[in-house]
Amino acid sequence: MKQQMDYEQARRRAAVRKRVVHGVIYVLLSLWAVVVLFPFYWMLLTSVKSYSEYNSEAIPKFYTLSPTLQNYVDAFSQVPLLRYLLNTLIFTVVTTAIMLAVSVLAAFAFARLSFRGKNVVFTLFLSLMMIPNELVIITNFSTITNLGLRNSFPGLILPSVTSIFYIYLLKENFAQVPDSMYYAAKVDGTSDLNYLLKVMIPICRPTLITVGILKVIECWNSYVWPRLITDDEAYYLVSNGIQEIRENGFGRENIPAMMAAVVVISVPLVVLFLIFREKIMAGVSRGGTKG
Amino acid sequence: MEKNNRKAWLYLLPAILFLAAFMVYPLIDVFIYSVEEGYNFASQTYFDVGLYNFSYVLHDTYFLQALKNTLLMVVITVPISTGLALLISVGLSSIKALRKLYQTIYFLPYVTNTLAVGLVFMVLFQKTAYTDGLVNLLINWFGGESVDFIDGPYWAKMMVLCIYIIWVVLPFKILLLTSALSSVDESYYNAARVDGTSSFRIFYKITLPMISPTIFYLIITGFIGAFKEYSDAVALFGTDLNAAEMNTIVGYVYDMLYGDSGGYPSYASAAAVILFAIVLTITCINLLISRKHTYY
Repeated sequence: MKQQMDYEQARRRAAVRKRVVHGVIYVLLSLWAVVVLFPFYWMLLTSVKSYSEYNSEAIPKFYTLSPTLQNYVDAFSQVPLLRYLLNTLIFTVVTTAIMLAVSVLAAFAFARLSFRGKNVVFTLFLSLMMIPNELVIITNFSTITNLGLRNSFPGLILPSVTSIFYIYLLKENFAQVPDSMYYAAKVDGTSDLNYLLKVMIPICRPTLITVGILKVIECWNSYVWPRLITDDEAYYLVSNGIQEIRENGFGRENIPAMMAAVVVISVPLVVLFLIFREKIMAGVSRGGTKG
Repeated sequence: MEKNNRKAWLYLLPAILFLAAFMVYPLIDVFIYSVEEGYNFASQTYFDVGLYNFSYVLHDTYFLQALKNTLLMVVITVPISTGLALLISVGLSSIKALRKLYQTIYFLPYVTNTLAVGLVFMVLFQKTAYTDGLVNLLINWFGGESVDFIDGPYWAKMMVLCIYIIWVVLPFKILLLTSALSSVDESYYNAARVDGTSSFRIFYKITLPMISPTIFYLIITGFIGAFKEYSDAVALFGTDLNAAEMNTIVGYVYDMLYGDSGGYPSYASAAAVILFAIVLTITCINLLISRKHTYY
């Protein structure tokens, strides 16, 4: 009887301890969530404070009682924010589309067709993946400059197209499609291209979408190449745009308007992320390399 | 067979053209650039071939400053971010309720534009004539003195930069570590628990060895990423990083190539080659160490 009570007591004590430990874990995790979310909260908050309100707060307030949308009006009217957004949209869509087309064709050749030297070429492709962007960007800069493509969309887009990793990812996915389907299609007299378009691409659509989204994120955030190749404001992308706004946009002190621009730039990707959360996270954990 | 051969190459052609023009050719060219002395971008001429460019770069005070900054960033951010990511992931994998929500929140910085959100960090840390800023407010609450983190002393600027870098790189690390942790076979834990093993011992003897490949992968990519640090610094301190004493090696390369101090592709190439050599060496050392300590 005594022994049983001890057991009951020990069980209860263990349960209490477990609950305490869990409580501590939740507190710490929530703390980190606050650290992550706070900059977002602060930029939203600052973007709805009026200019005079923001600058009269020697001690910053954590809330505002008189939110205003004037900063957003300023962000679109005083600096060419719309132009930057449009440029980025064009750049992102075209780059992603070309990248997908090029990668699908190459991945199909590697996964489905047999030709001499395939393994050698594939290994060469993979080894190019190790080449850091910083090494090749110098010559690309002079290539594009010598072609007279500075401050143009082709100059922005062409060097940004190649993504060997995505070719690799697609090839792996294509290779999973059973061979029997290919032979069946061949018997029916389907051409390779038709097979790729009508069978492979529909089957592998999830991976294609993932790859596309990852490329969109990459394009939307790209900064270094656009900065090198454009010095005409008419071709700035959002990253350069925000830098330009910071250095000579609203006048240095108009932080609220600046934050409104930051919100406008951040929202599209955050929305994209919330829609495709699972896909993006699965895709990145399979081989994103930021950080 | 012959026909199939030609067709396959046709499919590969676009990819090969892009790679040849924008990766293979530039890769060869950068080494050529780096040994051409006195190269003139306008006339495309040079005097001589040699190692002068490397010697110039290695004696340039701006480069040495950039090298020092980059090394400091690597040494500070890689261990802290990896350790923090490990702690958070272990915490995440020990809870069930709200886990999805936390994971989503933690991943958010990955999809944001670092240049844009960098401005928010600047606002949070900056001390201006109007206000000391939010972070200084917190410091004052705890009885400290206000510091200008953006235009102030070197250590303060380095600290903000490191904090921002860690904030930016953590999502990737947390994501990889949580998926590594969830793939550890549950039966190991159960067996250990039956034997009455303490949870710390379980973590040290089972969890850590099982996820060690991921940890080493993160350390290696972390080193590579930190050595290529650039845009986060621009986000906080503006494009003139030399004036802010916050330049990085990659920033030095771009400054040499373009901008007010630009027009020297040879120096830029030499610096890029030096960076590549450093990264390659460190990656090899990392790989050697991980061979020894990783459990597969």
